[in-house]
Amino acid sequence: MSTLEVEPGAAPESGLVTTDTLDNFDEMSCSLEEIKNINPSIEDEESNDNAIINEHFDETVSNDNEVASVDDDFELNKDWIGKDKHVFVLSMAGKPIYSRYGNEDKLAWLFGVMQTLVSFIQSSDDCIQSIHAGNTHFVFLVKKPLILVTVSKTRESESQLRIQLNYVFNQITNILTLTRLNKIYEQRQNYDLRRLLSGVERLIDHLLTFSENEPSVMLGAVQCLPLAASVRDTISSAITGACSKIKNLVFAILLANNKLITLVRMKKYCLHPADLHLIFNLVQASESFKNSESWTPLCLPRFDASGFLYGHVSYLSEDCQACLLLLTVERDVFFTLSEAKQKIVEKLRRSNCLEAINESLSTPGESSASAGFVEIRHYLYKCKSTSQFYQPILSPPYTQTKEPLTRIYKRAHHRLHNSSRPLKLMFERSADEAILAWDTKGFELFVVFEPLIDTSAAIMLVGRLLNWIKKKEERLFHLNAPTF
Amino acid sequence: MKHIVGKVVLLGFQGVGKTALVTRYVENSFHRQIAPTVGASFFTCKVEADGNMVTLQIWDTAGQERFKAMAPMFYRNANAALLVFDLTSQTSFESIKMWVQELKGNVDEPMMLCMVGNKIDLNDQREVSREQALAYSQSIDATYLECSAKTDQGVGLIFQKLAQGLLRLQGLTSTLKVYDDDIMANSSELEATDTANEETVNVSIGSIAHGNTVNFGKCC
Ligand SMILES: Nc1nc2c(ncn2[C@@H]2O[C@H](COP(=O)(O)OP(=O)(O)OP(=O)(O)O)[C@@H](O)[C@H]2O)c(=O)[nH]1
Ligand SMILES: [Mg+2]
Repeated sequence: MSTLEVEPGAAPESGLVTTDTLDNFDEMSCSLEEIKNINPSIEDEESNDNAIINEHFDETVSNDNEVASVDDDFELNKDWIGKDKHVFVLSMAGKPIYSRYGNEDKLAWLFGVMQTLVSFIQSSDDCIQSIHAGNTHFVFLVKKPLILVTVSKTRESESQLRIQLNYVFNQITNILTLTRLNKIYEQRQNYDLRRLLSGVERLIDHLLTFSENEPSVMLGAVQCLPLAASVRDTISSAITGACSKIKNLVFAILLANNKLITLVRMKKYCLHPADLHLIFNLVQASESFKNSESWTPLCLPRFDASGFLYGHVSYLSEDCQACLLLLTVERDVFFTLSEAKQKIVEKLRRSNCLEAINESLSTPGESSASAGFVEIRHYLYKCKSTSQFYQPILSPPYTQTKEPLTRIYKRAHHRLHNSSRPLKLMFERSADEAILAWDTKGFELFVVFEPLIDTSAAIMLVGRLLNWIKKKEERLFHLNAPTF
Repeated sequence: MKHIVGKVVLLGFQGVGKTALVTRYVENSFHRQIAPTVGASFFTCKVEADGNMVTLQIWDTAGQERFKAMAPMFYRNANAALLVFDLTSQTSFESIKMWVQELKGNVDEPMMLCMVGNKIDLNDQREVSREQALAYSQSIDATYLECSAKTDQGVGLIFQKLAQGLLRLQGLTSTLKVYDDDIMANSSELEATDTANEETVNVSIGSIAHGNTVNFGKCC
């Protein structure tokens, strides 16, 4: 179909971990230990941290319960039953931790049922995976020390649902670290985790919406803010310049509007797209970062689930709403990083990069029709080696609601990656649209056409489209993988 | 005229209005929908008190339980702690007591304690009486003030008291920076500071640019 030698968006080196869809989510690395070993001066906080957890275990009475009694009886509520997708998190002991809708305390009976199911199957040395009843899927993810369950009527596949549950697990790890999570339940099987997760429900809600509506989670990839290569390079070197002397800085991430502007990293270390998604989610869901510089611990589970990184988080300036995160393994270097941030902003201002970012943010982007592909309604292109993807802006008939489009992509994606019968290429036509999905070694492509297109025209267009993306790749992808 | 630079930490239960209080003073604004703080936010501002200039470096910490383990990082080097509770919540008042215990056990240098009962605009829903709060504040040698971040009532006074308290701390603690004039203070803000880890003080460009022309009680 195409005559390209190298797929668009590919680069010799990538700052993001290469992903193939449905990669093994259990894999965790232990990068923190390595970094700390290089710099043994970094104090380890785990020990005193722990003492503090214990001390406060019983102290604060959560007043959630009082408020709760006013709520409706959610479990009896038609509205509640009619929800497209429920997500529940509970402890191995069956204690409620999170419910996407309704109040967990009212649903205690339901959590009890779920826990019983899991332990019943476990008692015969097996693990419950899923239950299917009509078009409702019950998918279970048993991931010590938590049980995650989703009840979905969304037509997403079991593996797609499982990925979402994994993301929820990672979100909880992101807040607490896996080490602390395990320790808590080792000390008290019956611990009510909601105490520690107060405020995190919002993050999980947000993450679920994100994983349902944005293709990034399904693709395991990140979209970049379109910028001239020279601008992106200037931004990266402004960051390297200001940070190169700072020890123990692991990642510098600049993002805006859920798109990556640049990622600068410590030599040898890469960021997993799933971790970057958690960062996007945190930034998007935390209005408080907008008002001042912040300092916050966060754990990137794919990078290292055992401990925290510390992040200096701030928006570049009043007049440029891009968010900069400087992540380090040291807990006490806020002021060093704050100073570095000032330098970065000054440099970006002088080199007109703030304007360039603003300009890209304020231009709506190209639709596939305006790029000359009138028969193509929309497409997703993912470059596997750099874990980045590109999509044009929405055009009719998907501008009113994106939902049908999302559904088409999820279905096609499932067809390609169906573990029992994976496909490399599929073309399917319905009364409403035609879709071509193509999985190659280097990329994944999903193209939605007008319904009347014939196969040969579709194939020809795909070739042209790939050439077009290739020509624009410098602008659409982050092709460098700068290090400090 | 002396110029001192002191560190202030805000502590208190989630939702009591710590962020509302600081932003009311620093930006003179109030938003009904303030997002919960994540980690801790950093602010600086200047206050004139008794003919002297006091720069406050303020850590507004998050009240959510999961961030509690982080608090020592912020109070360890603080010269003053602003212990904020919500007058309409007894739970938040109890939480103050816990913070006081923790400070007593972990801070050696003298520190000014200032207890603040916020949301006085909701006086009719009050759960913590003035007497109760005063009695406790006296038992721990703290200043006690009530305010409303929403209406601005009493907010200026808190920062006045903070500044005065810090001025009185001069010579009593090694972590408070004292300069004989403003220029020195401003230039030295660029240099490494006192903390154990050789951190560099955040330089607020605004605070340098404005130099001496600081309005009474308002921030840079
Ligand atoms: N009526 C009234 N509401 C207030 C006042 N101060 C704050 N609030 C409200 O209380 C809520 C919480 O305020 P925040 O400033 O976010 O509280 P916080 O202490 O910073 O909370 P955390 O960051 O989670 O620790 C917000 O909805 C504010 O609008 C006040 O003086 N009066
Ligand atoms: Mg706050």
